[in-house]
Amino acid sequence: MHEYILALIGGTMIGLAAVMLMAFQGNVMGISGIASRLLPPVSGDWSWRISFFAGVLVAPLLAMVYSGTMPTVEITGNVPLLIVAGILVGAGTVIGNGCTSGHGVCGLSRLSRRSIVATGIFMLAAVVTVFIVNLYGARVSL
Amino acid sequence: MKLAISFLSGLIFSGGLIVSGMINPAKVIGFLDLFGQWDASLAFVMGGAVLVTSIGYNLILEKPKPLLSESFSIPQRTDIDSALVAGPVLFGVGWGLVGLCPGPAFAALIASPLATIPFFLAMLLGMWLGRNKFVFPLSRTHASS
Repeated sequence: MHEYILALIGGTMIGLAAVMLMAFQGNVMGISGIASRLLPPVSGDWSWRISFFAGVLVAPLLAMVYSGTMPTVEITGNVPLLIVAGILVGAGTVIGNGCTSGHGVCGLSRLSRRSIVATGIFMLAAVVTVFIVNLYGARVSL
Repeated sequence: MKLAISFLSGLIFSGGLIVSGMINPAKVIGFLDLFGQWDASLAFVMGGAVLVTSIGYNLILEKPKPLLSESFSIPQRTDIDSALVAGPVLFGVGWGLVGLCPGPAFAALIASPLATIPFFLAMLLGMWLGRNKFVFPLSRTHASS
């Protein structure tokens, strides 16, 4: 199947997951928020977060059972770079109150002003970063 | 029942990341490489997700409450503060460096554990630092969230 069709199917699935969480529980499906509010967990508001992530972790295993191979994950960069990037992503999404799913999917869908601003900024920052990294040919394989 | 719903939501979300290829950081970087060999396919992920969510939210948010809980938890803030600029800048730089954002980082942890673990643990550390406010002064402005 053409990759654009697969992308559209995948996007539709992500949308259905967000709609489901809102329809039944009333929660925004923002991954950084669902994760970071477990650090530390708050009494009475942690179990659904854990079961959400259990679902996220089980899906690749199902894909493995179904197709015989794990989904492709190609990560380039040495360990110090990966650590710096991880801290930036973790802290940045908490400080900005959302990531690609919370601001980018759920926030844009309800035309939230804050999410439109945040999504514009993180997309721009990511595009500029990729441009600079590629300019210096700095991507090295693990 | 609630736990089954959140499990299923996580499963479908992660399935979407796998089917679309967004689980793969190399593909994400191809999408972010607007001025190079741009791989436009992930725009369809975002487009499809936003389309479905917009329609769904419009139908759901007319109801008085969700099916399994007492109220909707929707962010109410509309102000644009410095944290809403600084946070996404930091996040965008980190995303551009490796190609992983939080959702795919969890899914990739299972698909390719060794390669994902350094980024994943650092991301949790970053979230904890951001959440617990004492390291990043900017994050004080959203203490109530």
